[in-house]
Amino acid sequence: MARIGVDEWVAESDQRTEGYRGRASPLVAAWDRVPPAARILLLAVGLAVFPLTTGSDFVLRVGINTLLLAILALGLNVVVGWAGLLDLGYIAFYGFGAYTYALLSSEQLGIHLPTPLAVLIVLVACALLGLLLGLPSRRLLGDYLAIVTLFFGQIFVELVVNLDAVTGGPSGIAGVDPFVLLGFEFLTPRDYYYLTAGAAVIVTLVLYLIGESRTGRAWRAVREDPLAAEMMTMPVNLLKLKAFALGSAIAGLAGSIFAAVQIGVFPRNFETPFLILIYAAVILGGAGSLAGAILGAVVVSVSLELLRDADQATVLFYGLLLAGLLARVRPWRKLAAVLGGTIALGLALHAIAAAVWPEAVAGTPQATGALGDALDAWLVLPEGATTAGNIGFVVLVAAIILFTQVRERTRTLLLVPVIYLAAFVWEARLVQEPSVTRQLLLGALLVVVMISRPRGLLGSERKEIV
Amino acid sequence: MSAPLLEFDGVGLSFGGLRAIQDLDLRVDEGEIVSLIGPNGAGKTTVFNLITGLYVPGAGDIRLGGESIAGLAPHTIARRGVARTFQTLRVFLNMSVEENVMAATYGNTSSSMLQSVLRTPAMRREERGVRELARETLGFFGDRLVGYRLAQPAFSLSYANRRRLEIARAMASQPRLLLLDEPAAGMNPKETGEITKLTARLRDDGGYTILVIEHDMHVVEGISDRVVALDHGEKVAEGSFEHVATHPAVVEAYLGKGTARQESR
Ligand SMILES: Nc1ncnc2c1ncn2[C@@H]1O[C@H](COP(=O)(O)OP(=O)(O)OP(=O)(O)O)[C@@H](O)[C@H]1O
Ligand SMILES: [Mg+2]
Repeated sequence: MARIGVDEWVAESDQRTEGYRGRASPLVAAWDRVPPAARILLLAVGLAVFPLTTGSDFVLRVGINTLLLAILALGLNVVVGWAGLLDLGYIAFYGFGAYTYALLSSEQLGIHLPTPLAVLIVLVACALLGLLLGLPSRRLLGDYLAIVTLFFGQIFVELVVNLDAVTGGPSGIAGVDPFVLLGFEFLTPRDYYYLTAGAAVIVTLVLYLIGESRTGRAWRAVREDPLAAEMMTMPVNLLKLKAFALGSAIAGLAGSIFAAVQIGVFPRNFETPFLILIYAAVILGGAGSLAGAILGAVVVSVSLELLRDADQATVLFYGLLLAGLLARVRPWRKLAAVLGGTIALGLALHAIAAAVWPEAVAGTPQATGALGDALDAWLVLPEGATTAGNIGFVVLVAAIILFTQVRERTRTLLLVPVIYLAAFVWEARLVQEPSVTRQLLLGALLVVVMISRPRGLLGSERKEIV
Repeated sequence: MSAPLLEFDGVGLSFGGLRAIQDLDLRVDEGEIVSLIGPNGAGKTTVFNLITGLYVPGAGDIRLGGESIAGLAPHTIARRGVARTFQTLRVFLNMSVEENVMAATYGNTSSSMLQSVLRTPAMRREERGVRELARETLGFFGDRLVGYRLAQPAFSLSYANRRRLEIARAMASQPRLLLLDEPAAGMNPKETGEITKLTARLRDDGGYTILVIEHDMHVVEGISDRVVALDHGEKVAEGSFEHVATHPAVVEAYLGKGTARQESR
């Protein structure tokens, strides 16, 4: 323990109390203690073992998609998490990589380059395109950069759709060659799973090494304070360009694999909704953290997969609702009151409705099993309540807005009917619209994480000092 | 006689209608500690911004070691041997103490990304050197920034330690000329006393030439070989502390404000 004078002791009081509590969760703290080499080994072993647990091509395909999302998230993390550049055109590099690979390995132009050469060309072309986009953007800050890159992403899709002669227009390019490496031809989902897993591990390793290097440090410095970084010998513009180029090359790698897996490329694969998923993965995991980007991709990809199925979606919906309540409502007494109140309200309403107007409870909830039975006894749900569901939805949105505006006390009171209404809208309406509910639930998931862990699952705590 | 380390030759700078710096001549010789004083808004920080290339002079020339640096990119000027601290602290808050300092060696190191990925011997040697330099630099401040604090994020440091970290970061960029913008601002009396000793040590042990902006006249008296007083962007006096402190133009510039230390913004 260093001896410290009284003045300093006073001056540092905030430091002692704040301290480096940093990450509260013991799980995350334990993860922090795992040395980097062991983490990457863990990742490699985990990915290698996973396919042994399943014989299903479907699961392997989900695995491939998850890994591609992870690679994309890792690349985006370089640009957004490290260099701090809000690049909303990132998806275009994924598309550019996929299309370049497809053009170099299909009948579209009659070119069939060996895989290593084609991938190398993709990487270089994507990096160059990244530089090109970076050139005008490097002086643009924050909002401007975001809008310029978003525009770029849009233009890419427009170009692909309209340059029929080269890109095949809206119908894309089909019949893309499979990967052939060292004489081995990648054909089955299992082959591609291992290929993608290998690529993900290599990208992680490469990014770890770069992140710890002088370039990685300089990127973070640029993110923290570009002006100070510039004054501390760092060429800020050049560093931004490098981040763009590296991020783009990684997106291009993911694109090539994607083109081969899908045996084709289509403009629709590279539209904004998918960009949102990549961002969701990075932010959910914690911008700036490699492990976070991977974990984020897994959470996003797997929850989207679960949400395809109405039954699982319902479990996720109520689970999220409950998790949100558990995380936010304190003290325990209040939490118990809210939960108890919600249950009591439902049972009471159900009993009254059943007595007065039996049709009102004629509907059956989507969920099966115990959850379904419980819901059936609790929720007032008429048969085919589409109109009621629509009205309920509008009321729910209004109630949530009202909810954020009122005082704490009213809010607690309002919480019970809002939960009940949410359940009603879910059962009457949302569960029938899987594509909408997927987005909604993913959004809700993001909001829950944002509230309870603003820095993302594995991100380090970030602070501004005023 | 060799060229001075830093030389302002009739430098002028205007912001729109405001003439922030007017026809300023200034020289700092190797090994000197020169203090820049003046009331708020006199243009002191602007002088630093001119030296570091943040602003390009509208008139005149700025030379470092005899070579013009006017119009060069800030990071180039920094690489030529100019480092600074900021009046409003600008450490890299969400990086560790050690990383803050290591980052400043960017311009003096050369490993490429490819070398970093391949972990070539040259890269590893360089990285080891950088880490040693960082520890050494941080060690300059006793045990305040070393040990367990190396891994702490900069935002967790106390105000005074963040000021020290900023100085350490500037040192790590291996400058010849060190520009300190109000190093004692916001410090308690004991820490202010330490700044006086620290500045002398920076010159004597560190070998830096120092140009320092300071409002605290005790600090100025304690550290300066020479004092330059600015008012409304013009040099109003120059010489020893006694000479400048009693100079009529300086007294007038400060009149009503007193020469006591003023709160910095
Ligand atoms: N970028 C800028 N644009 C417009 N005016 C500026 C700019 N930078 C500085 N000024 C003006 O130039 C003058 C000198 O400012 P400067 O910051 O150099 O003062 P200073 O001597 O450092 O004062 P202080 O003791 O308060 O730090 C002030 O009037 C200031 O408002
Ligand atoms: Mg100033």
